[in-house]
Amino acid sequence: MEGLAYLAAGLGAGMAVIGGGYGIGRLADAAMHGTARQPSASNDIRTTMIIAAALIEGVTLFAEVVCIMLAVK
Amino acid sequence: MVAEHAAEAGNMGQQVGHMIMHHITNGPHMELPSYNDFTNEVHLPHIPAFEILGVTIDMSITRHVVMMILAAVLLILMGLLIRRKIAIVPRGFTSLVESFVLFIRDDIAKTTMGEAGARRYTPYLCSTFFFILTCNLLGLVPYGSTATSNVSVTAALAFMSFLMIQGAGMRKMGVFGYFKHLIPPGVPWWLAPVMVVVELMGVLAKPFALCIRLFANMVAGHAVILSLIGLIFVMSFWVFPLTVAFGAFMYLLELFVALLQAYIFTMLTSLFIGLLIVGEH
Repeated sequence: MEGLAYLAAGLGAGMAVIGGGYGIGRLADAAMHGTARQPSASNDIRTTMIIAAALIEGVTLFAEVVCIMLAVK
Repeated sequence: MVAEHAAEAGNMGQQVGHMIMHHITNGPHMELPSYNDFTNEVHLPHIPAFEILGVTIDMSITRHVVMMILAAVLLILMGLLIRRKIAIVPRGFTSLVESFVLFIRDDIAKTTMGEAGARRYTPYLCSTFFFILTCNLLGLVPYGSTATSNVSVTAALAFMSFLMIQGAGMRKMGVFGYFKHLIPPGVPWWLAPVMVVVELMGVLAKPFALCIRLFANMVAGHAVILSLIGLIFVMSFWVFPLTVAFGAFMYLLELFVALLQAYIFTMLTSLFIGLLIVGEH
């Protein structure tokens, strides 16, 4: 039965990365569009993009922490 | 024969997992360079646990505690080094530190908290930023380990930020006014208790997110690098060019993540303080 925990950890980590990657991809798309429309705002857009990317990645890493706890216990 | 190979790889996998856990988690051993072998394991002193009010507190010095003390000593040294050289036009190392402090004051504090708030809270933001940055960077150095990859350390940092945020709110609005602020205006009376519960959960969830974000980012970087190196042992020896190259790339990424996470922690603390100070009048 401990094999199920490993399976859940692997599946959970994969699905968390799918969600995080998709979210950050859409964020980068919006940032590209914004910078293309107004190149002079590129610095502000870059700062906002990095902050939003770190927040999304924080959420993804919640799930990773849960998966690590599943895999080692 | 396939079963034998699989069993051997499984056994090696367990040993690699054990090695990874030993390097990431806290422990009473510290590794120092020695001239005989590669490392010299030093056993750190164990101060016996004592009890205060029924809570057992274990104050023994572990690896992460040594790293935190080292970070504090380095920061004090940095402060002592630059205090003689503060001038109108700084040069050299003073200029580097000053660029960081000005960045925190202008781009983080002033944009979120306004002038008066920036003047009051920039020292705390600078302390947080430099301490988290130094702890993160000490983990990337050989023989060092990341103190912020310990959930207790990040929980303590998030708790300090929580105290600062609540203190700022209570200072601005008074203790009673702060609790009244938890109910948004224009809400029907029967909805107010639910709103208070939701707002309280938000107040508690934000520092919790700060804690987990920093902890998970730091642990993930180290775990990936150690897993990649452990891959050499689980598979054959000849994957090492690919593994070492990938590991070097992950090291650069981890350097960027160290800087970024320190910035994000500081920026979010300043944002939460600013939300309470500036307010929506």
